[in-house]
Amino acid sequence: MSKRSPHDVLVIGAGVVGAACAYYAARAGLAVTVIDRGPVAGGTTGAGEGNLLVSDKEPGPELDLALLSTGLWQTIAEQLGEQIEYEAKGGLVVASAEAGMTALRAFAAEQAKAGVVSTEIPGDRLAELEPHLAPGLAGGFHYSQDAQVQPALAAAHLLRASGASVRLGETVTAIRTGPSGEVLGVTTDRGRIDAPAVINAAGTWGGDLAALAGVALPVLPRRGFVLVTEPLPRIVRHKVYAADYVADVASGSAALQTSAVVEGTPAGPVLIGASRERVGFDRTLSVEVLQRLAANAAALFPVLRTVAVQRAYRGFRPYLPDHLPAIGADPRVPGLYHACGHEGAGIGLAPATGLLIARQLTGERPELDLTPFRADRFDEAAA
Amino acid sequence: MRRTPAELVGARPEPGHTIDFDGRPIPALPGQTIAAALWAEGILAWRTTRVNGRPRGAFCGIGACYDCLATVNGQASQRTCLLPAEPGTTVTTQEGHGRADLAV
Amino acid sequence: MPTSPSERPAPYDLAVIGAGPAGLAAAVTAAELGLRCVLLDAGPRPGGQYYRHPAPGLGAAHPERLHHGWSAFTGLTGRLAASTVTHLTEHHVWTAEQGDTWRLHATVGAGSTGSAVVEAKAVLLATGAYERQLPFPGWTLPGVVTAGGAQAMLKAGLVLPGRRIVVAGSGPLLLAAASSLVSAGAGVPAVVEAGNYLGYARGLGTLAANPAKLVEGAGHGARLLRGKVRLRRSSAVVEAHGTDRVTGVTVARLDAEWRPVPGTERRIDCDALAVGHGLLPQIELATELGAETVLTADRTVALKVDDGLRTSLPGLWAAGETCGVGGADLAIAEGELAARVIAGAPVPTALRRRRDRRRAFAGLMAAAHRPGPGWTDWLRPDTDVCRCEEVSVAAVREAVEELGATDSRTVKLLTRAGMGWCQGRMCGPAVACLSGSSELRPDSRPLSCPVPLAQLADGS
Repeated sequence: MSKRSPHDVLVIGAGVVGAACAYYAARAGLAVTVIDRGPVAGGTTGAGEGNLLVSDKEPGPELDLALLSTGLWQTIAEQLGEQIEYEAKGGLVVASAEAGMTALRAFAAEQAKAGVVSTEIPGDRLAELEPHLAPGLAGGFHYSQDAQVQPALAAAHLLRASGASVRLGETVTAIRTGPSGEVLGVTTDRGRIDAPAVINAAGTWGGDLAALAGVALPVLPRRGFVLVTEPLPRIVRHKVYAADYVADVASGSAALQTSAVVEGTPAGPVLIGASRERVGFDRTLSVEVLQRLAANAAALFPVLRTVAVQRAYRGFRPYLPDHLPAIGADPRVPGLYHACGHEGAGIGLAPATGLLIARQLTGERPELDLTPFRADRFDEAAA
Repeated sequence: MRRTPAELVGARPEPGHTIDFDGRPIPALPGQTIAAALWAEGILAWRTTRVNGRPRGAFCGIGACYDCLATVNGQASQRTCLLPAEPGTTVTTQEGHGRADLAV
Repeated sequence: MPTSPSERPAPYDLAVIGAGPAGLAAAVTAAELGLRCVLLDAGPRPGGQYYRHPAPGLGAAHPERLHHGWSAFTGLTGRLAASTVTHLTEHHVWTAEQGDTWRLHATVGAGSTGSAVVEAKAVLLATGAYERQLPFPGWTLPGVVTAGGAQAMLKAGLVLPGRRIVVAGSGPLLLAAASSLVSAGAGVPAVVEAGNYLGYARGLGTLAANPAKLVEGAGHGARLLRGKVRLRRSSAVVEAHGTDRVTGVTVARLDAEWRPVPGTERRIDCDALAVGHGLLPQIELATELGAETVLTADRTVALKVDDGLRTSLPGLWAAGETCGVGGADLAIAEGELAARVIAGAPVPTALRRRRDRRRAFAGLMAAAHRPGPGWTDWLRPDTDVCRCEEVSVAAVREAVEELGATDSRTVKLLTRAGMGWCQGRMCGPAVACLSGSSELRPDSRPLSCPVPLAQLADGS
């Protein structure tokens, strides 16, 4: 007779997605252990801006996930709001010309059918929302459901609130499976941990972890840089971005794309994004990217020309070919669950991801159909 | 009578001038930094911090620590340990980030 | 100003970043060997921190009275004036881009009012060092300054932070600083050194091979004796007192691990405190590109170089403090050696020996002044660790003990310690220590200094 393991679930990855998985699994009554080879928030989470966005998502499975998450973040914020710097600041998407407004209008109308709330702001009223915006813009859309958290704090406090056992600086070297291929636990550089369920929340390294279980998951890194200004008073109230950002997010191009994304933070600095490029895990600072980010931001907010850029950081968004994350049970390996590949939306989508997996773990009906997020969908595409 | 730094190096400075610190004239010598001119007057703080409102002035003296920031000629967050105290320079004690005028 | 491709000048053979002892020696040597050389430096005059000296307007007839080895400096500036070196003052390089040629991006002027891009086939990093600080209660009070800062303000501006200045911390810079302060008329009631100097005894052979160092130390000692300065070894300032400026300090004896010994506290009245714990190599321009590093005997991170002072990155050399702190004589020897290697000229045996000897001595000094782990005992929960973002010891400990931070980076993400204007230069060693991380990694500093956003925007 084998002794029952004290662990019901092992979560691999202490980023925000892993933390949310731990949080909801623990609330469902499961004994959770989180393992990460680094510290908490050591990967993409620590390099993110903390966006909780619905505004940039077209109707479809990802938007459904985002809308579910928006509500969950509000609930989380009732408890942890201040610690995680939760701000229901709203998003403002702006267009420089009338053609852009026409596209935004059509996009917003489609989103409205899915439950996204937005308001058209004519060009001459943009200054009421954002006094420092450049004059002469054609207009924009205000999205009241967009919000922000400080991502590393969000991961750390969710993890603490989960009450899970946390093992940092420990590397998973194998996922052990039984005679019928079912998960038995993992082996790490410190020993063996048995558990009937393993959640792959390894972000950019999710593909490597899936490979340890003998299955393919084509997670790729998409590099992004963020510029950080000197500490300032609140000069940007919303998350403000240019209309072309939506197209860049949805694009699969390997080439460098930059679009203006500007937002303030409770701590003072203004964060300036966003760039996307597929260059593997190259960490080298790209002066060209920094220059383009600065130029885009200054075009939206000319006042930023008078401030100093204090630092820049880079991160790698974990991305799957169809831009949807892998969420839920892997039909190929019983007991293996995936929670990775959220690209640049992992902070926002984390609670829904965690909740849906907890539902599967406890045999309850998930709030959303998880079929679009199945990890084996790329096998099928290849077949 | 103790020796002064100027006496030690046999300094024969060119004619001095003044800078303005919070409305008060402060003597300065050609080539001195703003921080040096303020130290010479016994002034050690010309900034208050963003979070706790505590006084600060020059700490590292070589431009590395950014503690000596002040508003100089209307421009916030200037390193006074590097900027020369030129005739007519106006130095204002900086409160916090020094950019309150931008707040919306 | 950025130049358009059509008017872009041919790249220099060599760009030397930093015009301190190492950079000056390298630039003049390289130019004398026929290289087209550009020397970029953040300061308005050559010399770096070590040879910092008054502006011409102050009319100092005897700047050498505030310096050791002044003639070496005047020798170098004489050669610089006679050379073909292009000396770009007030150019702070904020990043180095590696391509077919190097592109150095600089912000220009003390107020960062201009910008420049300089291209070169090879780069020598001679960016020197800045002072290591360990926090203690009261260290943010006005009147508490760095030991190097007190010296810098004295050497360049002929000013003092007070009349009665306690000098504290550890490392050879303390004696030099105290000696300058006394010469310039300040009262120095005590030099408080955390180390016990016994470390030197283990390497007497190395010390004997560096007689100049003995003479320098003896000179400081004699001046300090005349100034009636009391040297307290194995002791530290564990608190600075005052409300809006420092009015006194508490000094306590330390055990071998640098833990304050209860009951040994003694108060010393003063109106300024000059404090520092040795120097930290300033190497982010190289480490951001992935250059390999080594850990020095006093637990600082320096660039890894080979016999020819090549870093692990092709086309990038390093000399002086960037390879591990060792003082001006070593820096000059390394600058000259690197320039010779870059120019393909032979390295005289005497030069190599001089360099190796001084490098060995630097290692000895570093070992003697390595901070002991017990220093954190003098912290209080409300002591600010990060001066810029005002992050307390309690906040850092919460991040480590309760929120899952196991290294400096995560402490920074969770508390903002190290995220402010100085980018962790002042709090970095303390945060690393409090994070409990066993490995010391170079600080991440993608921009070596703040850059006006307009300069970035207009560069595209």
